[in-house]
Amino acid sequence: MSITAPTPPAAGHAWTISRSDRTTRAASAGLVVLGLLLFAVPFGFRTNVVQQLTSLFILLILAVMWNALAGYGGMVSVGQQAFIGFGAYTTIFLTQHGVTTYLAVALAPVASGVLAVALAPLVLRLRGGQFAVGTWVVAEALALLVALDKGLGGGTGASLRGLSGIEPDLRRAFTYWLTLAFMLSLLVAVVVLLRHRTGIALQAIRDDEDAAASLGVRTAPLKFGLYVLAGIGCGAAGALTLANSLFIQPQSIFGVQWTAYMLFMVLVGGLGTFEGPVIGAVLYFALQNQFAEQGAWYLIGLGAIAVAFALFLPRGLWSLASDRLNLRLLPVGYNLLHRTGRSAGSSAQAPDGGTSSRGESTS
Amino acid sequence: MSTVPTGTAAGTVRAPTVLAGRGLSKRFGDLQVLTEVDFSVGAGEAVGIVGPNGAGKTTLLNVLSGSQRPSAGRIEFNDQDITGLRPELRCRRGIGRAFQVPKPFTGMTVLENVLVGASYGAGLGRQAAYRRCVEVLETCGLAGLANRRADSLGLLHRKRLELARSLATAPQVLLLDEIGGGLTDAEADELVATIKLVSEQGTSIVWIEHIVHVLIQVVDRLVCMDAGRVIADGPPGTVLSDAVVVDAYLGRAGS
Ligand SMILES: Nc1ncnc2c1ncn2[C@@H]1O[C@H](COP(=O)(O)OP(=O)(O)OP(=O)(O)O)[C@@H](O)[C@H]1O
Ligand SMILES: [Mg+2]
Repeated sequence: MSITAPTPPAAGHAWTISRSDRTTRAASAGLVVLGLLLFAVPFGFRTNVVQQLTSLFILLILAVMWNALAGYGGMVSVGQQAFIGFGAYTTIFLTQHGVTTYLAVALAPVASGVLAVALAPLVLRLRGGQFAVGTWVVAEALALLVALDKGLGGGTGASLRGLSGIEPDLRRAFTYWLTLAFMLSLLVAVVVLLRHRTGIALQAIRDDEDAAASLGVRTAPLKFGLYVLAGIGCGAAGALTLANSLFIQPQSIFGVQWTAYMLFMVLVGGLGTFEGPVIGAVLYFALQNQFAEQGAWYLIGLGAIAVAFALFLPRGLWSLASDRLNLRLLPVGYNLLHRTGRSAGSSAQAPDGGTSSRGESTS
Repeated sequence: MSTVPTGTAAGTVRAPTVLAGRGLSKRFGDLQVLTEVDFSVGAGEAVGIVGPNGAGKTTLLNVLSGSQRPSAGRIEFNDQDITGLRPELRCRRGIGRAFQVPKPFTGMTVLENVLVGASYGAGLGRQAAYRRCVEVLETCGLAGLANRRADSLGLLHRKRLELARSLATAPQVLLLDEIGGGLTDAEADELVATIKLVSEQGTSIVWIEHIVHVLIQVVDRLVCMDAGRVIADGPPGTVLSDAVVVDAYLGRAGS
């Protein structure tokens, strides 16, 4: 038969499944330390840096949420700006009704989650292209509704009030801390999902919904849960964008350009990987700072790069590291290890313990 | 679980029926694909289904596994009506299914593919699911490829993965759809040994296969379908010598 060697002779205890190795343990510990250290940034850096980092973290939230939705759940939404805008305008609405500003920012994502719960029965019925268009239509409809509402400032926009009492540096630090806290919580939420069996179920749904169902996966509740999580995350990004810029307009906060940014970050970084969107967000942030002045050419450039990646490196920059070096930073995968091969340096080499099988085993 | 009755000829005691379709019909628009099909498989029994292309074999499996709803008729599993039950719940109750055209989760590794079946279909806890995966991967000769992404597999291994995944769900009845096509003799022998092993452990098997000489090494009973109807059902020897079957299928297939 065509597969040589890989099947070990006797059944039983020759194989083990492991999720972490030296690399993932070191990297996870490093990331936790880095996450905690980031809380200290406002003490050591100028306000400008703090505000820039806040923008970066917001982008990171968006990238991670869009990746969770499309890269893990297979739901390619073009309408997450509905939640971004809703989060921002809920914050405006709450502050107008006497809620303290930062409490309003913290509550807005919850409201966005409720919006997702309400929209889910409608949009999750749609598949593929219909889903994409459907989500976009919902976002445009919400933008129109808000623009018509005089109380929310109509089409001209609205300012976040209630922060004038706080000194600007302190205000920026508060916003930074809140953004960092949201970003870390959402990252942890995604890691927890991927550590749990839900992670493989979601990816199964993404790859083939019929096959997933025939293996016992209940697809509907999982897609629902992920859609709501992404709604909460994007709502947080919207509320935090408002807290960072203090002013919003319906056309821009509900604008489809957000989807373009998310697509860019996730496609360039690596769709369906944990590390990819983080890399994509950092890269996008750097590009934005360099080229945002170029206006339309900037957007065209982004589009061209995203298309180039989709064509030539469909699994993004991170796939270069993960495929060539077999590198994984977080213990969210599964490795079958052969007992004997285990001690022989488990981190960066072929994890199947049967390295020889790789080349020979094509059929 | 009761053991397989070796002879299913009239007169011998049949094992209790596990899965049965009664009066199943299926139409797609004007196309009548199944017409009042009665089909059943007993506990621990292995049934083969043969029939020309387009006879409705895959459609019968779709209806039994819940991927498609029958236009008429009912389906019973362990004497309970499951006609309206969703496919994931049928799987959890014990109906495993391998697709004719493999549907691997291409973005996941072979191990993760199998783990979906073990964690959800079989409902096992983490460690038990791991053990099940290792067992199944070894049985199907995939252990050495466990960490490969499924999209890097060739057709032979995709078919094995299809089998491994459905086995991982710990099915009481396993529905197999042409998992043996295009195999060399040695590979076919190995597949037969694997399915026999599964069958001996008490799992009921329903196996659609065009390669009859492979099929009859495993099955206790053979069903022949043509144009959406069951035209013969009985011991393999009897069915294969049936004039109607020879005319409908074997004659046409030229073997
Ligand atoms: N979803 C569908 N919509 C319309 N027609 C279908 C559908 N699925 C199957 N058919 C038709 O039903 C008939 C039976 O198909 P089925 O796949 O059940 O045959 P089969 O016996 O499995 O054939 P094969 O040996 O080629 O796999 C065929 O004519 C096919 O074209
Ligand atoms: Mg078929």
